Amino acid sequence: MANEEIKEYISSIQPTATFDETGEWLNILTEPSSWKSFAKELRHSKFDFDYLFCLTCIDWKTHLTMVYHLSSTTYRNTIVVKANLDRASPEIETVSDIWRTAEFHEREVFELFGVVFINHPDLRKLILTDDFEGYPLRKDFEDPINMIKL
Amino acid sequence: MELTEKEKAQNEFPGEIIDTPGGGIVVSSFDGLINWARANSLWPLTFATSCCGIEMMSTASSKYDFSRFGFEVARATPRQADVIIIAGTIVNKMGPVLKRLYDQMADPKYVIAMGACAISGGPFFYNTYSVVKGADHIIPVDVYIPGCPPRPEALLHALISLQEKIKSGLTREQIRQPKEQ
Amino acid sequence: MYSQTEIIKDTSDTEGELVINVGPQHPATHGVLHLVITLDGETIKKIEPHLGYIHRSIEKMCESLSYRQFIYVTSRMDYLSSHINNLGCAHNVEKSMQIEVPQRAKVIRVLMSELTRIASHELWLGAMAMDLGAFTPFFYAFREREMITEIMEDTCGARLTMNYIVPGGLMYDLHPDFQQKVKAFVKQFKHKVTEYEDLVTNNVIFQNRMKGVGVLSKEDAISYGCTGPVGRGSGVHCDIRKIFPYEVYDTVEFDEVLETAGDSFARYMVRVREMNQSIRIIEQLIDNIPEGDFQAKTKAVLKPPKGEFYTRVETARGEFGVYIVSEGGTTPYRIKFRSPGFSNLSALEHMAKGSKIGDLMATMGTLDLVIPDIDR
Repeated sequence: MANEEIKEYISSIQPTATFDETGEWLNILTEPSSWKSFAKELRHSKFDFDYLFCLTCIDWKTHLTMVYHLSSTTYRNTIVVKANLDRASPEIETVSDIWRTAEFHEREVFELFGVVFINHPDLRKLILTDDFEGYPLRKDFEDPINMIKL
Repeated sequence: MELTEKEKAQNEFPGEIIDTPGGGIVVSSFDGLINWARANSLWPLTFATSCCGIEMMSTASSKYDFSRFGFEVARATPRQADVIIIAGTIVNKMGPVLKRLYDQMADPKYVIAMGACAISGGPFFYNTYSVVKGADHIIPVDVYIPGCPPRPEALLHALISLQEKIKSGLTREQIRQPKEQ
Repeated sequence: MYSQTEIIKDTSDTEGELVINVGPQHPATHGVLHLVITLDGETIKKIEPHLGYIHRSIEKMCESLSYRQFIYVTSRMDYLSSHINNLGCAHNVEKSMQIEVPQRAKVIRVLMSELTRIASHELWLGAMAMDLGAFTPFFYAFREREMITEIMEDTCGARLTMNYIVPGGLMYDLHPDFQQKVKAFVKQFKHKVTEYEDLVTNNVIFQNRMKGVGVLSKEDAISYGCTGPVGRGSGVHCDIRKIFPYEVYDTVEFDEVLETAGDSFARYMVRVREMNQSIRIIEQLIDNIPEGDFQAKTKAVLKPPKGEFYTRVETARGEFGVYIVSEGGTTPYRIKFRSPGFSNLSALEHMAKGSKIGDLMATMGTLDLVIPDIDR
């Protein structure tokens, strides 16, 4: 079973990763401090995870979770990698030099959630106005002027 | 009794055409003539932000052609356009751009708000932090077209209403004033 | 600190360069896209897209809409393939609640999706030709598109944002004239496609403007996450209908159209051939619509169980993904829409660097961007 092979491989390069197979795909929880080297290993491994198709962030009210969906165009395996971040100062390494699509996705997560991506080539606001204050997609975002609640 | 071509043209035209041997004489007032000429040759600005833009393009194509009413050429620059059809949602970032376009247009200029989003924010009214709830917070609007998106026939009806408004010769404020009972 | 406008202090190494704005109000940007281009003469040195001029905060809004309501907001995101977007969302709800869709609904959903794909590619053809200066294909393309919107209007009630696909099946049954009108459309389309070939594809000026322009290699296409005709024009196998088939796509015969050149002409040919493949699918299905229910029985208020679900469909632009995190309530906790245009646009700078402005218009035309899909 392909999932078993992937689990073995990941345990060998990242012993602290935990697995969760309740969903459709294999979920891997990793530390944000070792994310960059882990990502490089995944990209150049024999499973060839070269297609990052979804990069997003979820706000659980106590912490933030980064979610990366990776897939391989040759073997069609899919895995989901997650990393928990501290809500007060969320920081994680960028992967835009490994998968070029992450450049725009990380800029969007930066302005909507406030996660700072270390070593990103161009971290600026992308879709909000320049003078926007606050991080809109966080659960504690209040904007009484613009948002009319139903 | 069937109207002849000449009588139909006479009904449309503000003034009187008197046939005399050796040519015709046109008797009219300047205001009526100018309003008639303006109304029949309004050139729209190509301004479409979202889905209503597709219905505007459909109205421009051959099935519901709007160039038979005078909207012949859609200009891309506001300096040469007469009417701006706001088709689509206006968000906070686009607001200053819309205001600048309106300022760049030369007088007399008219504005049509097409679709629910341009009238009042539409489906994006509740729980959004970045939508301007109605284009008339930014520029004054002459004609509103409801619908999401409105049919091409609705846009044609609005264009004809705008033409009638211009031919009547009243300003926006005069039309808005309530009738004295 | 992190604002989009930069203050240029030192201009010694950028002597002679000109910074211009293309958009946000521009007839060729297909929406409100603002590109800040740095030029040296007429050669492009740097392109920066500025987005957000149609950011309607859809993801935040969907957190307060119920599972039956949020589907119709996606119609307004990529409004040219609205049925296919709705299908992706309905799949997600059906997957999480394990609802079984009847066969008749599946076949009709595929028919509507393929008709929408043809309508979207028609409009793309007209608009792209208009960008390059040819006005006639625009009117020809809209003639076919009007036939399709008439068919949609009979059954679904609306021309552009048709709220027809619901979790569990379809909203209404088909109009009695549907089969006859679709057959008439297929007959006319086959007749007219030779017209497009003569007018546009075999035109020498068109070919010279498109060949060799905006080249994207296969590795770059995968790295930038380009899917749909943009990826297939560079040789990437990325048709979701073939790799992860859904509905009845595994029972119909059609080819995945691939080209290896990676330039604008390859992407153009991919889309034109895809229209022919869609006609093939429609012809196979139109006479064999099974009888039965058009909607499965579902509860009035939908409450998926706790968990995360991701579904993907192939829209006219590429892979559209819906990622829902649900906590068991009546509204989703977090929705993320993976839109195809967002990734396709990030490859624009790589493709257009070093070319001229006229080539930029040809490249942007073949990317087929719909900006509300990118900004959400």
